[in-house]
Amino acid sequence: MAGKRIFIAGFGGQGVLLIGQMLSYAAMFEDKEVSWMPSYGPEMRGGTANCTVNISDQPIASPLVTKCDVLIAMNGPSLDKFEGMLEPGGDLFINSSIISQKATRDDVNVHYVDCQHLAEVEVGNGKTQNMVMLGAIINATKVVNIDTMQKVFEKVFTGKKAALIPKNMEALNVWKPSMDA
Amino acid sequence: MAEKKLMKGNEAFATSAIHAGCRYYFGYPITPQNEVPEFMSRELAKAGGYFIQAESELGAINMAYGAAAAGGRVLLSTSSPGIALMQENLSLLSSVELPIVLVSVMRGGPGIGSIQPGQADYNQATKGGGNGDYHTIVFAPASIQEAVDMIYKGFDVADEYRNPVMVCADGMIGQMMEPVVLPPEKAPLAEEEIGNVKPWALTGHKEKRERNAINSVWLQQELLEEYIEQYWPKYVKAENELQDWEAINVENCETLFVAYGSVSRVVKEAMADLEKEGHNVGLIRLKTLWPFPHKAFELIGDNCKNVICCELSMGQMMKDVEAEVKGKYPVHLINRVGGMLLDPVEVVERTKKILEVK
Repeated sequence: MAGKRIFIAGFGGQGVLLIGQMLSYAAMFEDKEVSWMPSYGPEMRGGTANCTVNISDQPIASPLVTKCDVLIAMNGPSLDKFEGMLEPGGDLFINSSIISQKATRDDVNVHYVDCQHLAEVEVGNGKTQNMVMLGAIINATKVVNIDTMQKVFEKVFTGKKAALIPKNMEALNVWKPSMDA
Repeated sequence: MAEKKLMKGNEAFATSAIHAGCRYYFGYPITPQNEVPEFMSRELAKAGGYFIQAESELGAINMAYGAAAAGGRVLLSTSSPGIALMQENLSLLSSVELPIVLVSVMRGGPGIGSIQPGQADYNQATKGGGNGDYHTIVFAPASIQEAVDMIYKGFDVADEYRNPVMVCADGMIGQMMEPVVLPPEKAPLAEEEIGNVKPWALTGHKEKRERNAINSVWLQQELLEEYIEQYWPKYVKAENELQDWEAINVENCETLFVAYGSVSRVVKEAMADLEKEGHNVGLIRLKTLWPFPHKAFELIGDNCKNVICCELSMGQMMKDVEAEVKGKYPVHLINRVGGMLLDPVEVVERTKKILEVK
């Protein structure tokens, strides 16, 4: 299938489901086929959360995946549990603010993203950590166009919340590919 | 073209019902369909409708009975154990020919079971658990868009046939998000129109017409037999006119898959992999579970050597498929149960095993 299977995992409250939804909106605005599927179950605050996003030029056959092309680990347990799902040559994003261990795979592109530092120091708003990660995903993989996100934010942040758009756009652009070095 | 929206399945189901002119929803919480009552509690009143959280599933379907008798369009939604509790009243609604639309977001069973997606309610939906001679018309969507379209159309089918219509989704379709184009908004019937469009409805005769009665008890069995024979032709008509399916390479394939709902998507992905390895595969995807799409099976060509049923049950659909192919081809089962899911890799592996053993 010409497309990307994206798996995002972390603690509840880190914006794992939101990152997936933002990607899905962007893909839809770009007229791509997309599905978003959350894990659901007896979840609790602070428990684990993950979601799968499929983006493709073809209709999405199965919204679930056993292998993925892009893996985002927002916390350590997610890296341990899901690292093996990633296809060789895939992109692995590690939230290095709270994950001290390194990737064990050497056949994938690893991106360490210090979400907390970038959000608090560069953007000046600690709440934008998930948008920092989202920006890293988009800028590194080009799965959607970063400019589409302006449209997505305008759709999601309406009324009073519209004031949040510039900060969020800023957060999307603080991670640079040069930080991989 | 209408605008595409990214929607969660359960919210899209509820929105589709409102667009179809539904103004009555009665529900009781159960995972994985809780977003339906949540959405309705917030949105239905804004459309001028009525949301009531019932004391139980039995309460909900009895409220639906009342609203449908008065000529309103009613949506119910629940998940597998909730349908079990409603079965008595599906028989009752059918016995008095009242239209409702019921969404079943299936999960793992039996009993209280698990809350992950399931398809082990095939028999529950198609064979029913209520007493007496009746059928529930059952649609089986494989995507959120299809569910939205089936619910929208389901209200018209329910009204036309004066019968409950069930839309069997599962936890995956209920919980996932996909882009969807919503059908146009229809206004509900104005109160003064109801009597014209639904002359049987209990709208109050105001001494201008004979009184209507909706009654399920017949103490004179001769009259009940006459009544059943009078309404039964609608089920024959439904069997002729409502069968619906998707057919892929059914005429030419050697290996024919049969599946429905979210599982059919997994099968399609597995088929693409099998084709790459040189297998000649096809698919009948059921879009109606009752009536069973018999006509699809007439399309099977001479190349067919094996029929493989993929479902999340111990072979409930397979029994209907076996009856359909009448021993002409071996029928196999690839399944998971209890809320566990099939994935494309497993379908490919188990298919190859089946084809080798032969």
